[in-house]
Amino acid sequence: MSLRTPLGRALGLGAAGKGTQHWWQQRVTAVALALLGVWFAVCLLGLELADRSAVIGWVAQPLNASLLALLVLTAAWHSQLGTRVIVEDYVKGSIKVPLLMALQFLHAAAAMVGIVAVLQIAIGGR
Amino acid sequence: MAAGNRPLSPHLQIYRPQITSVLSISHRFSGVALAFGLFALVAWLAALASGPEAYATAVAVFAAWPVRLLLVALSFAFFFHFANGLRHLWWDSGRGFEISQIYASGRLVIAVAVVLTLGAWAMILLGGAA
Repeated sequence: MSLRTPLGRALGLGAAGKGTQHWWQQRVTAVALALLGVWFAVCLLGLELADRSAVIGWVAQPLNASLLALLVLTAAWHSQLGTRVIVEDYVKGSIKVPLLMALQFLHAAAAMVGIVAVLQIAIGGR
Repeated sequence: MAAGNRPLSPHLQIYRPQITSVLSISHRFSGVALAFGLFALVAWLAALASGPEAYATAVAVFAAWPVRLLLVALSFAFFFHFANGLRHLWWDSGRGFEISQIYASGRLVIAVAVVLTLGAWAMILLGGAA
C-alpha cells in the first residue's frame, strides 16, 4: 500500500514525463503567431520593400522592432515544436537524434540572427 | 515474428483521400514550408541589417521569378496554416466535431486560404509594391 495520493502518483507521468507542456506551448505560440502573423502580413503589403531606407525606418520604430523580434522568436519556437513532432513521427534509426539536435541548433540560430538583425537596426543605427 | 512479415491493415495507399485526411497532412506540409519561410525571413532581416549592397542582392533574389513563385507558394502555405490553425484551436475548445461541421470548416479553410493568397498578390502586383 502506498501513502502517496493518486494525484501525486499521476503528476509528471504524461508522455516523456512532461505531460501537456509541449501541447500547451504549441497552442500559446499558435495564438501569438495568428496575431503577429496578421500584423506582419498587413505591414509587408504596405511597405515599399525594394526601398531599403523605407524598410529600415519601419523596422526602427520601437513597436515594430519589438513585434518583429517577438515574431522571429515565437515563430522559431513554434517551428521547433512542430518539426520535432514530424521527425519523431516519421524518422527512424540512428539519424533521428542527430536530426532532432540539428533542428534545435538551426532554430536557435535563426532566432538569434533575426533578433540581432532587428536590434542592430533599431538600436545600432544600421 | 519479424515486424516486416506482420499483416498490416489497409493504409494510405488503400484509402480514398478525403478532405479530412488531406487537410490534416497539408497542415504538416505547410508547417514544414513555413519552417523554410522562417529562414527566408531571417535571411531578409540579416541582409537588411548588413547594408545596402547585401539588401540589393536580397531584393534581386526575392524578385527573381522562380523565387517569386516559391514566395507565392509560401504565402499560400502561410494563409492555409493560419486558417487551419484557427480551425484546430476551435476544435481544442471542444466544438465543431460533427462530421458535417468538419467538412464545412475544411472547405471554409481552403476558401479563406485561396482568397487571402490571391488578394495579397493582387495588392502586390497591382499596387506596384515589392
